[in-house]
Amino acid sequence: MDVIESALRQGLGADAIIFALAAIGLNVHFGYTGLLNFGQAGFMAMAGYGLAATVSTFGLPFFVGILVGLGATVVFALLLGVPTLRLRADYLAIVTIAAAEIVRLTVGSVTLKDWFGGRDGLQAFTGTFRDLNPFSERTGFGWLTYRAYDAWVILVGWGLVVLRCLIVWALMRSPWGRVLKSIREDEDAVRSLGKNVYGYKMQSLIIGGLIGSLAGFMTALRQAATNPDDYFTEVTFFAYTVLILGGAARVLGPVVGSILFWFLINLLGGFFTWATRGDDPLMPTWLMTSNQASLVRFIIMGLALMLLMIYRPQGILGDRKELALDAR
Amino acid sequence: MPADTPIADFDRHAEIKQALSDVEHEPGAKKPDPILVADNVVRRFGGLTAVDVDHVEVQRGAITALIGPNGAGKTTFFNLLTGFDRPDTGSWHFNDKSVSGVPAYKVARRGMVRTFQLTKVLSRLTVIENMRLGATEQRGEQLVSCMIPGLWRTQEKANTERADALLERFKLDAKREDFAGSLSGGQRKLLEMARALMVDPELVMLDEPMAGVNPALKQSLLGHVKSLRGDGKTVLFVEHDMDMVRDISDWVVVMAQGRIIAEGPPTAIMGDQRVIDAYLGAHHDAPMTQEEEERQLAEVAEAIEAELGEPGTTSEETSS
Repeated sequence: MDVIESALRQGLGADAIIFALAAIGLNVHFGYTGLLNFGQAGFMAMAGYGLAATVSTFGLPFFVGILVGLGATVVFALLLGVPTLRLRADYLAIVTIAAAEIVRLTVGSVTLKDWFGGRDGLQAFTGTFRDLNPFSERTGFGWLTYRAYDAWVILVGWGLVVLRCLIVWALMRSPWGRVLKSIREDEDAVRSLGKNVYGYKMQSLIIGGLIGSLAGFMTALRQAATNPDDYFTEVTFFAYTVLILGGAARVLGPVVGSILFWFLINLLGGFFTWATRGDDPLMPTWLMTSNQASLVRFIIMGLALMLLMIYRPQGILGDRKELALDAR
Repeated sequence: MPADTPIADFDRHAEIKQALSDVEHEPGAKKPDPILVADNVVRRFGGLTAVDVDHVEVQRGAITALIGPNGAGKTTFFNLLTGFDRPDTGSWHFNDKSVSGVPAYKVARRGMVRTFQLTKVLSRLTVIENMRLGATEQRGEQLVSCMIPGLWRTQEKANTERADALLERFKLDAKREDFAGSLSGGQRKLLEMARALMVDPELVMLDEPMAGVNPALKQSLLGHVKSLRGDGKTVLFVEHDMDMVRDISDWVVVMAQGRIIAEGPPTAIMGDQRVIDAYLGAHHDAPMTQEEEERQLAEVAEAIEAELGEPGTTSEETSS
């Protein structure tokens, strides 16, 4: 059936990769360290625009652009962390959400149009990436195929996801990861045992931000353009949804969550479009018209998430017993 | 619990008793070998002066109790000394080195480790992971070297052995793999104390170690605190439980309204007029026995009669 096929293609496609990467970063922040970062879109924008502006505006090589993007992310993390990491977690949430908006409005501003292209964004920075593409025609397994450029983006993307998962796994089973998890539980207790809590939180913010920056690169590369609207606050909220759906503080939680999220939302969208199509649709018109089909999927998805939170608050891979412990 | 108290503690106890026998029973008394010395420590919250300590010394190797009525500033003083709060003025020295203004984590690394009044275990970590966290200078806790297990495996193994030994001593070995959040209140107190020992501190600062602990476990906790002295560690603890203070402390410091009002060995402190005043208020000449109460009532009645004159006597006649 076309609907399932298309949904599966999306579930393994670029959207799933981008949100998996963003959510892996958030997992380091929120799942392991307990930092409420609501500005992941800002980290992504720093990376996306760092790359695009370096190549397209200043004419420097592609890999310099990548380095600039990573550097910009680290600077962003430091700017956010220095004033707020000494404060309580909720302040970080407020500051990060504001900072992400500042980044989005800055790159979209008329004053800086010459650098960042204003509302139109930036294009023409993917030349080197395109040249590296080993595929020349539609590629895939069996019926699951993608256009050549998409296939290349997806290959690189899943490679990055696997690599990041391995890094997160290695970090979190080490004593360093133990300190992060302890900070999530009670930072004063960790301080009383002689650990520099502020330093660890900063490291966590930077590492999670760097992983988020890969999501920013992928966003820019996959459509060969950057636009301020790609880095709306809702990107962060979708990433949180993906993380909680999959299970926070689990290495594979964000990946499972992201695949499932994009598969389901496309499945629902595809189904309702199909069911309301034509002159004599399956769905009676008093219930739903074809214009409403694409919106209803969000309503159903929201309902599904509410039910998940009520009956399985730990997410798909989480451990209910662990969540039930009072976090005193 | 004699089983928990090594023979070493009896010798040490006697030694410390001897050392403290010449110390004056006055606030701010000089000790022969102080590990911690604090001067002019003042902390104000708006108009309220929570702590105002002129001078206090803590004897090395001894168990010192810090007591006082609620709101006396004991916990605030603890927070100041350990770097969890900043004073308005004051300086304090640990092992003759200044630790005033030093951040909490550095204070802990110098060998001054505290526990909390509201126990802080790391709920979603297992008991053994809680313990491992306590070990200091772990190579695996640095961002770069943590990626290469070969660099920290040996150290981790040594830390785990030390943690297991402590868990056994604190009778938590059966709970090794359980989440710390599933422990009972008393077990949490034990875990917190054991975890503090993983830092290998010289001075252990316990904030109300007995709060919310049942009497049976209390006895075993007492044994554990005494055994710290046997290990050669110095203990400073805040406590409300007078039995515990009398039982285990070598020296008692009494705080009231932010100031240190008395110092001395437990036996002397219990009878100190200033301490009784602080706890019960200065007008505490309430009757202690039935006879006394009757005698006092009679006195009052007489005084009233004398003032009222005739009516008193008449009423007495009619009633009899």
